[in-house]
Amino acid sequence: MSIGSIVSAARETVAIRSENLSRYYRMGETVIRAVDGISLEVQAGEFVALLGSSGSGKSSMLNLIAGLDRPTSGSVIVQNRDLAKLSREELAKYRLHVVGMVFQSFNLIASMTLAENVELPLRFAEVERGRREELAREALDRVGLRARMNHRPSELSGGEQQRAALARALINRPKLLLADEPTGNLDSHTGTEIMDLVREFNQQLGMTVVMVTHERPLAERYAQRMIFLADGKLTDDRPNV
Amino acid sequence: MKVSDLSELALRNLRESLLRNSLTTVGISVGVASLVAMLSLGTGLQAMFSRRLAKSGLFDTIVVTSRREMRGMGREEQRNGPSPGESRVLDEPARTEIEKLPHVLEAYPDIRFATELRFEDKPHLTMVSALPESAKSNDAFDGMKGSFFSSETAPEVILQKSFAEELLGQTPPLGAPEPNVGDLAKPLLGKELVMRYAQREAAQGQPVPLRPADAGSGDDNFAGAAYSVVSREQKLKIVGVSDLDPETMRGPMRAKVFLPLRLAESLHVMQPTDLREISHAGDQPVYSSISVRVKDPSEVQAVEGSIKKMGFTTFSILDASRSLQQVFKVLFAFLGIFGSLALTVASIGIVNTLVMAILERRREIGIMKAIGASDGDVRKLFFAEAGAMGILGGIVGVGFGWAIGQIINFGTNIYLKSQSIPPEHFWAVPWWLAVFAVVFAFGVSLVSGLYPAERAAKLDPVQALRYE
Ligand SMILES: Nc1ncnc2c1ncn2[C@@H]1O[C@H](COP(=O)(O)OP(=O)(O)OP(=O)(O)O)[C@@H](O)[C@H]1O
Ligand SMILES: [Mg+2]
Repeated sequence: MSIGSIVSAARETVAIRSENLSRYYRMGETVIRAVDGISLEVQAGEFVALLGSSGSGKSSMLNLIAGLDRPTSGSVIVQNRDLAKLSREELAKYRLHVVGMVFQSFNLIASMTLAENVELPLRFAEVERGRREELAREALDRVGLRARMNHRPSELSGGEQQRAALARALINRPKLLLADEPTGNLDSHTGTEIMDLVREFNQQLGMTVVMVTHERPLAERYAQRMIFLADGKLTDDRPNV
Repeated sequence: MKVSDLSELALRNLRESLLRNSLTTVGISVGVASLVAMLSLGTGLQAMFSRRLAKSGLFDTIVVTSRREMRGMGREEQRNGPSPGESRVLDEPARTEIEKLPHVLEAYPDIRFATELRFEDKPHLTMVSALPESAKSNDAFDGMKGSFFSSETAPEVILQKSFAEELLGQTPPLGAPEPNVGDLAKPLLGKELVMRYAQREAAQGQPVPLRPADAGSGDDNFAGAAYSVVSREQKLKIVGVSDLDPETMRGPMRAKVFLPLRLAESLHVMQPTDLREISHAGDQPVYSSISVRVKDPSEVQAVEGSIKKMGFTTFSILDASRSLQQVFKVLFAFLGIFGSLALTVASIGIVNTLVMAILERRREIGIMKAIGASDGDVRKLFFAEAGAMGILGGIVGVGFGWAIGQIINFGTNIYLKSQSIPPEHFWAVPWWLAVFAVVFAFGVSLVSGLYPAERAAKLDPVQALRYE
């Protein structure tokens, strides 16, 4: 094996790498260091939990990885792309094809049916209507919501809405699933259902998962690795045993 | 994003806030309607004027005068042509020569004189002119009460409305409503007028105009002149009262009483030219001017050229119509500006609606960006919404404008009918105006969408998603 192929093989196994990543917010005189010099690496196919108290910078970190926000300094490299160097247009493409996101508050569009919500990313990807409907049906099938595809989000329970959001995150076959407290608005039983689905995506589809959570037991049960943040700094990084 | 997806999403979003977007669209359509109303009023008026002018014979008529007249309308010719004294006399041979020119329908002498008319023993001084049979189709006689001359030589007259008023002593004060022609005609039709005029008469008593030398012998003859001038009377029956003025083009020379042409010729009324051409050798009448009617207005210029080459001065209304076009251009610009004003107000409505929509759909925009929408996708979506409102408003507005026009046409025609004036179609929405209005509304709405779309595109998704 040549050195080059070893390097590239190594690169392929690293999904996310951040180097001295910082994101500051300026509030008048004071500077809030939401993310303050974090360096870490996440391997492809890993299931990582981001833990920390409220205001520790978990969401800020996740948004940087998602390409929704830009670092104040440092770099974040996902699938060999230095996100800080991408244009707005390229970042949108990156979010569309590489990242799937789920949120605490589901973030489905209320005026659209489940099927329409799920196929929305495919519209941005300019996929044909027929293929779009087929893929949306398939994705809703996977989360067990095929029967509800013509319902609006308001007609569904929180757990069902989050499952629909997972179907949407899945539709473009992304490499990365970024979840910001996906069970935060759900009871523990429904939360477990959602976590089972996330684990299924991780194991069956080979998606790298970074999940922000408050609940340590949930992280211990599902994640392979736990990263702890406090005041924007990485305080602990340990595998889940 | 594909255009089909864009329009689908845009329409869906418009339906989502149906009331607000409908109101905005109604605003646009009112703007478009006012624009269409203004411009179609302009086009309708222009079409009406053109139609009237074409029918009035103003565009296919050339007035020919001799340069000897020395009040020719073309200064150029006065400067460059032969001196008035040397140029040709406008007499009968000249008239027949002109009539034989290609494209000429007829050339008839312009007989016109001021004279005294007695009606019920009261004298009235006015300008009288002769009309050829072809004037029957003249637009000015459209609203006439009574009938046209029964023959070319019948001792009959047609009165212009204002003269009828004078005869009846009903001249309305300035600004007062004009009396109805029908009411004016009733007491006058069939009545008799007595015209007193000066006849040119040869000494022998046989009216042969302009024979030089031959001294006359009658009581009131001009000694040494070629003819004598005799005072005559002619009884004339009133057959018609015309509403409009067929002689608008003549200015102060315009007549208010009209005789049949052949009758007027046979009367040998003393003409202003007679005195000037007293030295002219020939036994044919001399005319102060000849009206030449051409088959088609497009041939006017060519015919004018040929007549000028014969050594006469010509005048046609073609130049006048050109300046009329100018007037209409200015009118159009004015009407357009007023119409656009309402559309401008409506476009502010679009900006307002879309900015409101951004505030309301902040989160939705954030979601779309988080799942992969680019700035361009969001921008286009807002543009599509603005454009859809523009096109919709445009189409509805053209419909509105057209309907308003129909109602106004209908209403005015009821009024015109009550005034016994023939109906007039002075409101028209030509297809190009409809297309222009829709395209214009679309363009205005896109411009209005510019700022909101940019604002939506630049929305920070992290901020948008941050708060519930
Ligand atoms: N747009 C912003 N402007 C100012 N400060 C901000 C902004 N976004 C985040 N912060 C601050 O950055 C810090 C980290 O915020 P972040 O949302 O990442 O925390 P978190 O760990 O996700 O908290 P939680 O568990 O409550 O969601 C907080 O102190 C927050 O107030
Ligand atoms: Mg958070």
